[in-house]
Amino acid sequence: MKAKDIAELLDEPACEHNKKSKSGCAKPKPGSTAGGCAFDGAQIALLPIADVAHIVHGPIACAGSSWDNRGTRSSGPALYRIGMTTDLTEQDVVMGRAEKRLFHAIKQAIEDYQPPAVFIYNTCVPALIGDDVEAVCRAAQERWGVPVVPVDAAGFYGTKNLGNRIAGEAMVKYVMGTREPDPLPEAAQQLPFKVHDINLVGEYNIAGEFWHVLPLLDELGVRVLCTLSGDARFREVQTMHRAEANMMVCSKALINVARKMEDKYKIPWFEGSFYGITDTSHALREIARLINDPDLTARTEALIEREENRIREALAPWRERLAGKRVLLYTGGVKSWSVISALQDLGMVVVATGTKKSTEEDKARIRELMGEDTKMIEDGSPRALLDIVRDYKADILIAGGRNMYTALKAKIPFLDINQEREFGYAGYEGMLELVRQLALTLESPVWGQVRKPVPWETSGIGEPLTEKVSMVG
Amino acid sequence: MAEMIKRKKALSVSPLKASAPIGASLAFLGINRSIPMLHGSQGCTAFGKVFFVRHFREPVPLQTTAMDQVSSVMGADGNIVEGLKTICEKSKPALIGLPSTGLAETQGCDLNGSVRKFRETYPQFNDIKVVPVNTPDFTGCLESGYAAAVYAMIKVLVPSQEEAKTKPGQRRHQVNVLANASLTPGDLEILRELIGSFGLLPVILPDLSDSLDGHLTDDDFSPVTIGGTPTTEFETLGDSIATLAIGPSLFKAGELLQERTNVPLYKFDHLMGLEAVDKFVMCLHEISGNPVPASLTRQRAQLQDCMLDTHFMLGQARFAIAADSDLLLAMGEFVKSMGAELVAAVTPARSDCLKQIPCDEVKIGDLEDLEKTARENKAEILIGNSHAVDSALRLGIPIIRAGFPQYDLLGGYQRSWIGYRSSRQALFDMANILLEHNSHEIHPYYSPLAQKPGEQEAVA
Repeated sequence: MKAKDIAELLDEPACEHNKKSKSGCAKPKPGSTAGGCAFDGAQIALLPIADVAHIVHGPIACAGSSWDNRGTRSSGPALYRIGMTTDLTEQDVVMGRAEKRLFHAIKQAIEDYQPPAVFIYNTCVPALIGDDVEAVCRAAQERWGVPVVPVDAAGFYGTKNLGNRIAGEAMVKYVMGTREPDPLPEAAQQLPFKVHDINLVGEYNIAGEFWHVLPLLDELGVRVLCTLSGDARFREVQTMHRAEANMMVCSKALINVARKMEDKYKIPWFEGSFYGITDTSHALREIARLINDPDLTARTEALIEREENRIREALAPWRERLAGKRVLLYTGGVKSWSVISALQDLGMVVVATGTKKSTEEDKARIRELMGEDTKMIEDGSPRALLDIVRDYKADILIAGGRNMYTALKAKIPFLDINQEREFGYAGYEGMLELVRQLALTLESPVWGQVRKPVPWETSGIGEPLTEKVSMVG
Repeated sequence: MAEMIKRKKALSVSPLKASAPIGASLAFLGINRSIPMLHGSQGCTAFGKVFFVRHFREPVPLQTTAMDQVSSVMGADGNIVEGLKTICEKSKPALIGLPSTGLAETQGCDLNGSVRKFRETYPQFNDIKVVPVNTPDFTGCLESGYAAAVYAMIKVLVPSQEEAKTKPGQRRHQVNVLANASLTPGDLEILRELIGSFGLLPVILPDLSDSLDGHLTDDDFSPVTIGGTPTTEFETLGDSIATLAIGPSLFKAGELLQERTNVPLYKFDHLMGLEAVDKFVMCLHEISGNPVPASLTRQRAQLQDCMLDTHFMLGQARFAIAADSDLLLAMGEFVKSMGAELVAAVTPARSDCLKQIPCDEVKIGDLEDLEKTARENKAEILIGNSHAVDSALRLGIPIIRAGFPQYDLLGGYQRSWIGYRSSRQALFDMANILLEHNSHEIHPYYSPLAQKPGEQEAVA
């Protein structure tokens, strides 16, 4: 990928960060950087497309340490769960045989698994030795008649966020618009109302949570042409250009997709979330607003009222247990504000929130939700987080999986909110899972036990311990 | 406090209970060079033998008084005398355990009288101990039979302080350990190590870790046990500095031992989970006056860390447990300490500790009852013996095997559960099996509008 192309991807007019000189898209700092690379971001964005053969072109580290580590679910094909990589050897690299190996790898994937498409993720080493992955893909596609899509996302190109955009770019460039949507099923044509088509961009169906939401859209007569990319199929991605509206689900990860689709296909979009009652209702309303069908709007309002009443009643007993509990929320991007509203729906108090990856718009929303003097955390180091937990008397830390052990080692209750988690929190129904998990850790009897001092340290019996034990481990 | 629900139905379906004579036999199998002889029909022994052989995958010495039609009607006390004599002649054991059975008790056997008769008739076998115990299988279960045998051994074999001139603490480093039926040979090994690490020397009664731990020996066959508590130790129990009774079922035996010898008794419900092990370790610390080894402090910290890691899976996890009461109590408190819920608790027989079990109701019943309660209360994981595997299958939930018998799991008999380290492994195993089974998974939803032709049909 040329530097020009990278610069172009980084210059995203729809992103709030563009208007500010220094923020989340700033250069990573050696010796003090956390988070994934561009390859990571690209793979995460596209891997949930379930029927595609995802081949990682590179030595083993890229695929070897990353395949099958996401909580995304498929209702059908499971090819995406099979890790595929060219696993380049020293010989391949030195003798220039990597391209050839890739070509044969594509053949093997097509012959053994008959995928509707193959995605090739380029990584650092082949990018560095100058493999022409795009040409290999083109040749392979011609040879075997199966779409082969290059995703040029070497890790050194930049951050995970850039990788998300590279992935989105590849979809816009190579896949969208290559097929017209299926005609509506016959039963749907008989419906007393018009069925509208939408896309969800940046929805990953973590733990299957989108299945909490999809039935509601069906009920409203809103067909999801494609979710990019949770539980998606290649043939769905091909038809995304025909949607009447796009919902951007995960903040700015794939913001370029929504923006480009607006430019190219005149599809309006909005940014929303399915976390929490308020946000779920808001998202449904926005969909209706963009589609602009008064009948849909009326039916949406009726559905929202019914669902909100139902879920508030179901949540009532939990609210009593959780209300007033103090939360430190540390997570990037959209979740920082969408989860806040979910927690506030439960009567919990969010004492501080992380904004490291949030856009200016995210931050504005946080202020709107929590007031102007909200503690916004830019430094997400374990020490800083623990200090805030103590200073703000937080009862629980809600953060991504990598912070789990920060909390647990400090004997602080924890809830995992990131993609690796095993529980789905989306939609009205997801709130029930969220409260269950919150109560599970907050009310767990283990806290008292792990905080209990070693009973024999104060017994005064016997000789003092000569061997000092390190408690780190 | 748990409410005890008594058995109401006539038919026991998929029984959970193993009989008291089997339990008594098990206790005797923990004594060195011993052999239990069940006073009953030969089937009582044959079934028991198969039961143990399948569980331990070891040859198990077990004999019978072989009551037949005639002796069952006319009196079978003679069979006892004859059986004792035969075993003494043939196998020269150190101890013969003599549990009665339902048949013998119904008939009205006189175990003590028969043993007296045997002593009178065959004084040449006076150095061979004989311990009779009344264990009709219509009362109690494996655990209570086992406890009754331990009680009987103390009663018959431990001399009083005055008699033997024993003195508590005369052997400064010796502690008596009364080990209940739910402790596996693997558990006993841990117990021995744990106690040893305080410079103490345990005398474990009975010691299955020495007899049925599955070790190869040079002898190709032995008609009696090839390990276990030496019978000579019974006379020294009074010199120990303490008696540690593990499991409520053995508290009565512990009290008897204290009464006889004045050796102070310490009672422990179980040794699973942080608090229970803490209490035990502190006790050893105090008895021995020695410092707690650094390795234990480390293991304790490891367990605490594991508790944090696993509480996500185990918290609010809904457990169903079918086990004899000591094990039910141990497992119940253990999972409860992790924030799990005990939603179905079934035990085969009454016992004093049932009210302590952390569950609203404890059913005296069978695996059908367990299945029913587990289904009603939406249990997510089952702890039980190998018979409960089918129940788990029907319930569609995973099972952790514990208790007797475990015939479909190699090495189940030696798995350890107690102490910091094994508690930790048990938590990992429970969390893993829940994770693997993933009962929280959201069921796939198939949109009728989606562009995914044929997929739903393919699944259906």
